[in-house]
Amino acid sequence: MRVMLVDDDHHRVVLLRQALLDGGNQVVAQLATSDDLLTAVTHHQPDIVLIDVDAPTRDTLESLGQISRDRPRPIVLFATHSDADTARRAMRAGVSAYVVDGMAPSRLKAVIDVAIARFNEHQALRRELEETKMRLADRRDVDRAKGMLMQRRQISETQAYEQLRKMAMDRNLKIGDAARSLLAAAELL
Amino acid sequence: MSGKLEKTRLRLGIMPLVDAAPLIVARDKGYFAAQGLDVDVRVEASWASIRDKVVAGLLVSAQMLAPMPIAATLGIDGIGVPMVTALSLNLNGNSIAVSESLYRDLHLERRDPVAAARALKALLARDRATGRRPRVFAHVFPFSTHHYVLRYWLAASGIDPDRDLRLEVIPPPLMVQHMGDGRIDGFCVGAPWGAAAEAAGVGYRVVNTYQIWNNGPEKVFGVTRSWAQAHPQTHRAVVAALIDACRWLDAPEHRAEGAQLVIDSGAVQAPPATIRTALEVPWAGDSFFGTGLLFHRHAANFPWVSHAMWFIEQMRRWGQIGNEIDAVAVAAAVYLPQLYREVAERLDVACPPDACKSEGEHAGIWGLRLPQGLLTMGADAFFDGAVYSADGCLCESS
Repeated sequence: MRVMLVDDDHHRVVLLRQALLDGGNQVVAQLATSDDLLTAVTHHQPDIVLIDVDAPTRDTLESLGQISRDRPRPIVLFATHSDADTARRAMRAGVSAYVVDGMAPSRLKAVIDVAIARFNEHQALRRELEETKMRLADRRDVDRAKGMLMQRRQISETQAYEQLRKMAMDRNLKIGDAARSLLAAAELL
Repeated sequence: MSGKLEKTRLRLGIMPLVDAAPLIVARDKGYFAAQGLDVDVRVEASWASIRDKVVAGLLVSAQMLAPMPIAATLGIDGIGVPMVTALSLNLNGNSIAVSESLYRDLHLERRDPVAAARALKALLARDRATGRRPRVFAHVFPFSTHHYVLRYWLAASGIDPDRDLRLEVIPPPLMVQHMGDGRIDGFCVGAPWGAAAEAAGVGYRVVNTYQIWNNGPEKVFGVTRSWAQAHPQTHRAVVAALIDACRWLDAPEHRAEGAQLVIDSGAVQAPPATIRTALEVPWAGDSFFGTGLLFHRHAANFPWVSHAMWFIEQMRRWGQIGNEIDAVAVAAAVYLPQLYREVAERLDVACPPDACKSEGEHAGIWGLRLPQGLLTMGADAFFDGAVYSADGCLCESS
């Protein structure tokens, strides 16, 4: 199967590409989401286009095959009418699939399933990374907020931490967010 | 609102366009909150994404191109999940712009649909004689007002949109870039992107779509039919909040603040001046650079079934659907004037008594007689003088 990938996320593209190759597919082109999609489709003639749900160029894909008189291109669909469930799973995972050829839906299922799995996997990785980053950022901001409280109120580090934690609890905030709002308020004063 | 809300936390989608303003205003001026709704407004990157996320339930509902719920219900959009609309968000707002080089070649005396099409037709004939590659005009979606109005204008001017040109779809925020790169020669797009092309120095607006169809419908508030059936009170509450927001935004004294809200929302990454102009200079008839954007007056929010009929007629004309489609039944299934009327009456908003009107008959302001007085309506003429009668339209009695 000739597959074209449209995604700005380099890591995800690498992951997806490998999985598709392992499945015996051919990745005929990789595009960023604002690249000239029409020219690429005309040039590479993919059977299927896997594209990030949030790619602006999805509307261009939608138009392929809609106007038939001058350009007898095959109809482009999001999976197929009959397979609403796959479409929904794909949407949730963040991938859209466009069929650029009138092929049987059964042949597509494997490719789409791989894409959904890889997108999900990648999203989990990214979430983990973001959480780690957030924890690091929290620690840094909590330290800064503690330092500021210690200096302004002439209190110990333990007391500063207690006050920060109480503030977070009273306002139903995470301690990192409480630290940040305290720092932002201090900047204003 | 009477009746308990089935759901109060909602996620709604908008596109990076000035006519997303009613949803931004409803959020930021507290109209959603006043209806007991906690609304998260998300900016989406494509109309396809809006449709799919509404279908998948990732968005409850969204700003949609008026023909989108019809295409969804007809099943010609590749998804085929029936949708409905009880609210038109705005009239007008689009323009047709051409690249700087095409503009120079056209030598326009006036910027109006007749002059621009005449010059374009002559130029395309010369192109054919010299064997030049076809010019490319872009619009925003296969089921868009832009697409149908662009084709209408070309065809009524003796230009075959399929033979003489190539039509492509490009998302609004990428139009300016594509024109700057020389990939397209013209486009039809919503505000502020026509003005943004001028600001970037890559093209000029030559026709305001108001000039093609006076006060033509533009965006609607669309939901899936099944969601509407399962959430009747929530649906009414959102429609009420949006009618209030539209009424506020439409007042001339609120336009500047409305523009500021759109700018501050960060939803439209275009030069702020282009956003301000689009909302603050709304009078297309008086000033070419006005967008004509209307959000409430002239019954702008009423979901006219005759508007739906016109779109279905265009779908048929351009081969998107066959002759077997029962236009009347489809239009009446998708457009819900009765629901709008019910909400509007609670808000004391005057409402047209019929679901249909003739389109094209009025070249100026006219009046609809209501028991409580006259409802002032705007012009609805087409530039070529065509009239679509209200006959055959399913006209409900009030």
